[in-house]
Amino acid sequence: MTVVTPDEQAQAVERMTYREALRLALREELARDERVFIMGEEVGVFEGSYKVTAGLMAEFGADRVRDTPISEEGFVGAGVGAAMLGERPVVEIMTLNFLLVAMDQVVNHAAKIGAMFGGEVRCPMVIRTPNGAGNQLTAQHSQSFDGWFAGTPGLKVVTPSNPADAKGLLKAAIRDEDPVLVIENLPIYKEKGDVPLDPGFITPIGRAAVARQGSDVTIVSHSFATVRALHVAGQLAEEGIDAEVVDLRSLRPLDMETVAASVAKTNRALCVEEGWPSYGVTAELAARISKACFDDLDAPVERVGMAEVPLPYAKNLETAAMPNEDRIAAAVRSVLG
Amino acid sequence: MLAMYEQMLLIRVFETEAERQYKAARIGGYCHLSSGQEATCVGVVDAMEDDDLLVTGYRSHGFALARGTSPEAVMAELFGRRDGCAHGRGGSMHLLDTERGYYGGWGIVGGQLPLATGLALALVRQAKPQAVICELGDGAVNMGAWHESLNLAALWRLPIIFLVVNNKYGMGTSVERASAEPDLYKRAASYRMHGEQVDGDDLAAVIETTRRLLDRARDQREPAVLEALTYRYRGHSVADAGLAYRTKDEITERQQRDPLLRTASQLREAGATTDDLREIDQRVEERVQAAVDFALDSPEPDVDALAWGMYAKGSDEQFARMRPGSAFGEEELIFDGGLGK
Repeated sequence: MTVVTPDEQAQAVERMTYREALRLALREELARDERVFIMGEEVGVFEGSYKVTAGLMAEFGADRVRDTPISEEGFVGAGVGAAMLGERPVVEIMTLNFLLVAMDQVVNHAAKIGAMFGGEVRCPMVIRTPNGAGNQLTAQHSQSFDGWFAGTPGLKVVTPSNPADAKGLLKAAIRDEDPVLVIENLPIYKEKGDVPLDPGFITPIGRAAVARQGSDVTIVSHSFATVRALHVAGQLAEEGIDAEVVDLRSLRPLDMETVAASVAKTNRALCVEEGWPSYGVTAELAARISKACFDDLDAPVERVGMAEVPLPYAKNLETAAMPNEDRIAAAVRSVLG
Repeated sequence: MLAMYEQMLLIRVFETEAERQYKAARIGGYCHLSSGQEATCVGVVDAMEDDDLLVTGYRSHGFALARGTSPEAVMAELFGRRDGCAHGRGGSMHLLDTERGYYGGWGIVGGQLPLATGLALALVRQAKPQAVICELGDGAVNMGAWHESLNLAALWRLPIIFLVVNNKYGMGTSVERASAEPDLYKRAASYRMHGEQVDGDDLAAVIETTRRLLDRARDQREPAVLEALTYRYRGHSVADAGLAYRTKDEITERQQRDPLLRTASQLREAGATTDDLREIDQRVEERVQAAVDFALDSPEPDVDALAWGMYAKGSDEQFARMRPGSAFGEEELIFDGGLGK
């Protein structure tokens, strides 16, 4: 029998998928706080469209893992109201595309409550949902609207790119006093990584991470774009290009300090996102980097995102439209001149 | 009933004063008046228990006053002052008073229905015995949010009454021109929910019906639709003369059935004297004037506290790296995070 000290227990990690890390976070928070409950389509009996909530209804009951009809506006709003009375709803939206039919509740209601009512009432709710493309799901099911929400004062938006952050940021979101949108990603669900088992572990909101140290160029990314960026950085290392990867983790609040410190070191920046770059996350980053790092930059800030078309079905067209690794590598070479 | 008459009169006089102050440019934005709908506001609120919850749309002055929010706090809010019930952040459409269970006036037609449903869900989860009144206008029943909320409320047996204040027009569009089923309460049947219509200008009937439906909601977790038939004398908002879509004759005819006159005559039959009613008149006029004076004296909100309330305490630390020196990452403004000095 192995003896595990409390210290070792606190530092213990287990290798698991992003999906399992989310489930662990949900299970721990459901066990920790009676006010936490899950609500969404197929989260209970069906065990989650993407199996994130598998087993939770059996463990915590149908009241705390509540199946809903297909009524996003209705049950997102129900989450808003429940949060106003001090509950901690975690609302699952099957994919980010469907959150658009609940946009009124997110942007006109949840985001407004704190300020519009003079701080008299709060809305501590979580909406978690995957975005992303790449499975030939076509135009209506392959979108990333991270920037829309991150550009809305009153909301917080986090976008974990690995299993540890998936656990840590979801837990931080559930414990937060404000409405937090946790944007996951379909292709990342199967990615594996070491996840701290300590139930007290959280990833603080508003802190980016340097996911890879480098000296030649900074790649700023979030969510699945970070997975791509790390892969590209590994390949470029073989060519002698030493890229640093800054994983934003939170979009609002945005950790510009970490981004600016990295760009000050490398003097070059490439911003990558899964969504359309026009008016998007990379547009915001480029503007902020250009201002904060004006004297440090040796080249204009480059951007890579989804080709600006409704995503087509045919595999070759879809691949061509994605911010794939070839396009990211080409952009790195371009920014290096 | 004298006390309720006084509340109804307070709403009427308050709204008349609000219109005057709007035209004097002391009140900005939209300003939707409740004149003519006083019996519905006061009757429904009278039927509620103190700890029942209330959510309304944007025609909210009457409900806030009926619920007991002080005319001073409401007028100061309309004036955009620090002592307003939302500290000058909400204005006419976004009154609230959580101490009295009033969780807001909301400005997007139908948007308050899903979140009111969520309040009822929270009450059930917390095993509390209260119920929710969710007010909406006749225009909101044609929104998808109406359908989704009623379905959820019935499916989950939530203690909530959807109070449809049918004043005959959604802005300038009559119910007949907007609703394929103009008997709005009948729509409840689609959800196997009880629906009922009441003369919203008959104070006693409003009280009796609301109380009965609230009892069902609380005791049997049976949600319901209550349609109150009433009429607004003024336009949709102060900016609308209210005559493009209805005639002066129609308004005059409705004023013959004025809820205040009806209640006053019932009071007289019950023995109230002219002096009694005059005394109430006098008190209400003074109260509304005091509210105006209070609002005028209340300071404007502190510009340094522009972002007050937007995020919870402690969030400034999360935002500290977005733009050093700025509480929430904005380019130009520095916030002290406090409500004001």
